[in-house]
Amino acid sequence: MVIQPGPVIFNTLHLPEPWKLSTYVSAGGYSALRKILAENIPAETIIAEVKTSALRGRGGAGFPTGLKWSFMPRQFPGDKYIVCNSDEGEPGTFKDRDIMRYNPHALIEGMIIAGYTLGAKAGYNYIHGEIWDIYEGMERAVEEARAAGYLGDNILGSDFSFDLYNHHGYGAYICGEETALLESIEGKKGQPRFKPPFPASFGLYGKPTTINNTETLASIPYIMREGGQKFLELGRPNNGGTKVFSVSGHVEKPGNYEIPMGTPFSELLEMAGGIRGGRQLKAVIPGGSSAPVLPGEIMMDCTMDFDSIAKAGSMLGSGAVIVMDETVCMVRALERLSYFYYEESCGQCTPCREGTGWMYRVVHRIEHGQGRPEDLDLLDRVAGNIAGRTICALGDAAAMPVQGMLKHYRHEFEHHIEHRKCLVQSGAM
Amino acid sequence: MSMLSAESLALIDKEIAKYPADQRQSAVMSALRIAQVEKGWLSTETMDFVAHYLGMQPIAVYEVATFYNMYNIKPVGKHKLCVCTNLPCKLMGADEIADRLKKKLGIEFGETTEDKQFTLVEGECMGACGDAPLLLVNNHRMESFLNEEKIDALLDELKNK
Repeated sequence: MVIQPGPVIFNTLHLPEPWKLSTYVSAGGYSALRKILAENIPAETIIAEVKTSALRGRGGAGFPTGLKWSFMPRQFPGDKYIVCNSDEGEPGTFKDRDIMRYNPHALIEGMIIAGYTLGAKAGYNYIHGEIWDIYEGMERAVEEARAAGYLGDNILGSDFSFDLYNHHGYGAYICGEETALLESIEGKKGQPRFKPPFPASFGLYGKPTTINNTETLASIPYIMREGGQKFLELGRPNNGGTKVFSVSGHVEKPGNYEIPMGTPFSELLEMAGGIRGGRQLKAVIPGGSSAPVLPGEIMMDCTMDFDSIAKAGSMLGSGAVIVMDETVCMVRALERLSYFYYEESCGQCTPCREGTGWMYRVVHRIEHGQGRPEDLDLLDRVAGNIAGRTICALGDAAAMPVQGMLKHYRHEFEHHIEHRKCLVQSGAM
Repeated sequence: MSMLSAESLALIDKEIAKYPADQRQSAVMSALRIAQVEKGWLSTETMDFVAHYLGMQPIAVYEVATFYNMYNIKPVGKHKLCVCTNLPCKLMGADEIADRLKKKLGIEFGETTEDKQFTLVEGECMGACGDAPLLLVNNHRMESFLNEEKIDALLDELKNK
């Protein structure tokens, strides 16, 4: 797998043992934290810098990080928490795994700075259970940081104390939803909470909590070291910075590519070596499996940033780009995705619990030559009745792939229903 | 109740120390994982012990063990192989990998070989799609960029363990 280094996230990759604390320090690591503590930089100044950077949440929602941080009641006298969401289970996404593997200290420094800014005394990093070697690596990195005085009481001789702990998941996609993740840290089933109250007022253990994605927090040291303006200028207005795009599927070189926000999709595809075996591009899911699919020709006109992909009718999401060539049957692709949401629905809300299974069964029968003429209207209706009617976004995430497929590839579904077989004859899958 | 070894208890204590003193329940996911590594699966007796150790109601522990799919709530073979078949892996040939495993082991997804050596299960996204196709061996070891030769070599290696 290929990793394209960049200035913000994979900035130690060219050095030997890029994951080590000493390597990170030699590349300017922990200097932002040192400066903040030595000069007692006020939280307002840090939040203003993050706002200037136009850093938007890298976990999928794209919410402005500086604004999110400003919601935290910093003066609240009791315990407060910063939580990192490294529960990376959105099909197509595998960037946080490599961030933690190759640059764990960027995340740790980012979390310490966040803890300082938000008045948190502790942080938890929730790591996807399936990437066990990464969890163990993060445990080592946290120990390394603690031994060097970056974590614990009176960090670097200041009066700021903060500690950081890793918590692992164990196989539940829903825990990537932030309130399900909090429930999971509390030792419960990962079922999302009603909002409001939002985590900023009632979060982990009922205390004010801010939750950010791994890549978001790992971008903070660069912003504080080099300035929010410089980060912004790496990308484009309203879409600051570089971003790691995980490219999977039918490309010659799958991998993680740290490139400026706003890079044309065509350039990213070229970096990834183009389509495998000289085949033609058919379709792209541009932001993880929950993002509506887009036909290749629409993607070729897009740039990789939140605004461009949204304008084309999909989402940049987590930056997980699933590339499909001309041999893919879209009915079969949707059948597998629908099964995923059915399998991972937590069962709390009726529209999602019943609707995901219903959608899967309908797509399954279409794929297996038993589709009925009325099935596509039925899918439209079921998807429309899940979206927006559940506690968390998993309902929408299950509906959007169905809606995207029916919007752009309805003819393939109709063909399946009418002829009881696939329109795509070459059929790699 | 089924006791855990001193080594396992020491590991659980280390996890408990990560959380506020009045939040021992936060260590339940780790405690169940550690118990499973020792016992191979989570019997009611083992879960009851974890509940007692953490000061939780047994039902709260069962809820966690049944909600997260990496816990084995039934006995499994010595080697549990979990193959991701989600879309990015499927695009890269996960179905062929799964078929090869089913054929060589003579079992379907959700089954265990008669000699209790292997259990085969279908997994969901493991967050490593750039390395597709892939599988997990007993939850904690990932095998990436699978092909038929690698599958054959892996089965040979595990058979002799």
